[in-house]
Amino acid sequence: MLRDNISKQDEGGGVTTSEILSVAETGGGSAVPLLEVDNLQVEFKTRDGVAKAVNGVSYSVSAGETLAVLGESGSGKSVTAQAIMGILDSPPGRVAGGEVRFHGRDILKMSDEERRKLRGDKMAMIFQDALSSLNPVYSVGDQLGEMFRVHRGMSKKDSKAKAIELMDRVKIPAAKARVGDYPHQFSGGMRQRIMIAMALALEPDLIIADEPTTALDVTVQAQVMDLLAELQREMNMGLILITHDLGVVADVADKIAVMYAGRIVETAPVHEIYKRPSHPYTRGLLDSIPRLDQKGQELYAIKGLPPNLLRIPAGCAFSPRCPKAQDICRTEIPALHPVTELDGTELPGRGSACHFWKDQIHG
Amino acid sequence: MAELSKTTTEREPILQVRNLVKHFPLTQGILFKKQVGAVKAVDGVSFDLYQGETLGIVGESGCGKSTVAKLLMNLERATAGEVFYKGQDITKLSGRALKAVRRNIQMVFQDPYTSLNPRMTVGDIIGETFEIHPEVAPKGDRRRKVQELLDVVGLNPEYINRYPHQFSGGQRQRIGIARGLALNPEIIICDEPVSALDVSVQAQVINLMEKLQDEFNLSYIFIAHDLSIVRHISDRVGVMYLGKMAEIGTDAQIYDHPTHPYTQALLSAVPVPDPEVRESRERIILTGDVPSPANPPSGCRFRTRCWKAQDKCSTEEPLLAIPERFKGVDTPAAHESACHFAEEKAILAV
Repeated sequence: MLRDNISKQDEGGGVTTSEILSVAETGGGSAVPLLEVDNLQVEFKTRDGVAKAVNGVSYSVSAGETLAVLGESGSGKSVTAQAIMGILDSPPGRVAGGEVRFHGRDILKMSDEERRKLRGDKMAMIFQDALSSLNPVYSVGDQLGEMFRVHRGMSKKDSKAKAIELMDRVKIPAAKARVGDYPHQFSGGMRQRIMIAMALALEPDLIIADEPTTALDVTVQAQVMDLLAELQREMNMGLILITHDLGVVADVADKIAVMYAGRIVETAPVHEIYKRPSHPYTRGLLDSIPRLDQKGQELYAIKGLPPNLLRIPAGCAFSPRCPKAQDICRTEIPALHPVTELDGTELPGRGSACHFWKDQIHG
Repeated sequence: MAELSKTTTEREPILQVRNLVKHFPLTQGILFKKQVGAVKAVDGVSFDLYQGETLGIVGESGCGKSTVAKLLMNLERATAGEVFYKGQDITKLSGRALKAVRRNIQMVFQDPYTSLNPRMTVGDIIGETFEIHPEVAPKGDRRRKVQELLDVVGLNPEYINRYPHQFSGGQRQRIGIARGLALNPEIIICDEPVSALDVSVQAQVINLMEKLQDEFNLSYIFIAHDLSIVRHISDRVGVMYLGKMAEIGTDAQIYDHPTHPYTQALLSAVPVPDPEVRESRERIILTGDVPSPANPPSGCRFRTRCWKAQDKCSTEEPLLAIPERFKGVDTPAAHESACHFAEEKAILAV
């Protein structure tokens, strides 16, 4: 399958990730990705009808690899992550179909108890807003230590030592002195480090980071992203980075999946998407970033608004906003086509859910 | 660029800010409160704003940029300093005189979800401004005027009876802008006007704001943390750090020839949506967080995170001025920068 084609081989030292993107063996069975999301569908029952938040999303992440899921609010990027973690609000939310295979096993079929054991231990999540994700009435040491007490059955004393070790690891200065401090005593960047520490505590195989730096200032954002990337490399974890920021993606991701109205509209290795987007939505997003040479001119703006999930347009969901939409776009939902060069050479890892992807990438 | 700076110096500034200070007192005790310190949110900020120009103000959270916005509207009383609007110091005004000035200085807020009253219709939200300033529109004419405003900001005038929740984020921000425009102000202070919006909608709102500026000859103070958007819309840019202006100049001076180390670090930390630029440019990763404004470092406030800091920086506060070495030299580096060791450093800008 196309989306499984990119996988990262073990890296040695300071080789940049882009150089080691390569096509993995899909036939041998040896290269089972860490996580495979296959045709996932999630819907929410609301008073006004059923909102289809995720409509058949498929992606995969291997150990040591970073997948960036890019999309606007309402594109389904966070809901997909919640479904993977098993923390979907249900009701009203419900997984309506598809599979999520973790180490080859479909976790959607597991019992609640089994999934609870996976969470924190094997897969963990970092949320956007650290202040509201941490419990204000327990010290951070307590909250970090809880991971070890609950999952590993450690004593209070041992878990505290572990908490200090973790805080050191995420470079919180004077960890020993600050282990008893409460969340409000830390700055935003430090709180996000504590969230990262908590996610890493039990050395999970997979981390899902949902807009981990959106609430932070740029100078702190750079620190936190660097830390996250460094720890991921060290521990060879799979990372799903959910974001709306094309800049953050360029920093750390190996491959990108762009989502729109609950579907993946484009997949590509990170370097290629900026140079040659193959979907008009991605193109529009890239064009609407202010560039130097456009000073004093009108910015390119994608017209219209993201669709209401209760009434997703027929055919391609982007067609009402697309400058190149034709009749077929309004009737037929485009599949995620493999993207090739003009001479038919396959571009590994690339896909576009546009009927006219050829014109988009080559025209 | 030289042409622009010439025209700006010849023009009379519409707003002059001089040594603006805002300290929020920190008190102790319940019955007998005594002041034990102060959060120095804004600590001596000066700048000019000219007719028809956009002054961008950038800085991290807690640097005092939003407090400056409130002081300019006199929504917060300044502890010291002056804000001259056409020669009149508005920090000293109150009552009727203040109301008259506020008609000409309006504000657009960051969060279009909380800055509109959910129980009022759009017509009432925008029309309320005419209740406060009845001289702008006579009573019978107000509805038509509101519909005109909706049309100006690109909303259907028939939406006048709808409530805020019936609009998307981008549309709500248009309502906020329409409210800001209602009184035909000369200055609009925009505090993070697009940061709550989706990427694809941000560009629409920025385009609208630029169009309105041309149409009505507005002056903007544009406060934001997104450096690429600030560059796009601003004629001049000021960089704030911990209650002080670190550097101010035209957009090209600040982005292409920054001389203050904080500006350089800020620019280098911005994620650039191009992996190749990313890898080729030098990044300055600052250590630590912004110090507390209740207890700012002595001398230069940036010295605790600065890689160039020397003894002089902790004893002597650098003033915001054109650095001595660049004075009289025809170089884009010759703009005001509050650093003892101001020098150019090439940063691949956003």
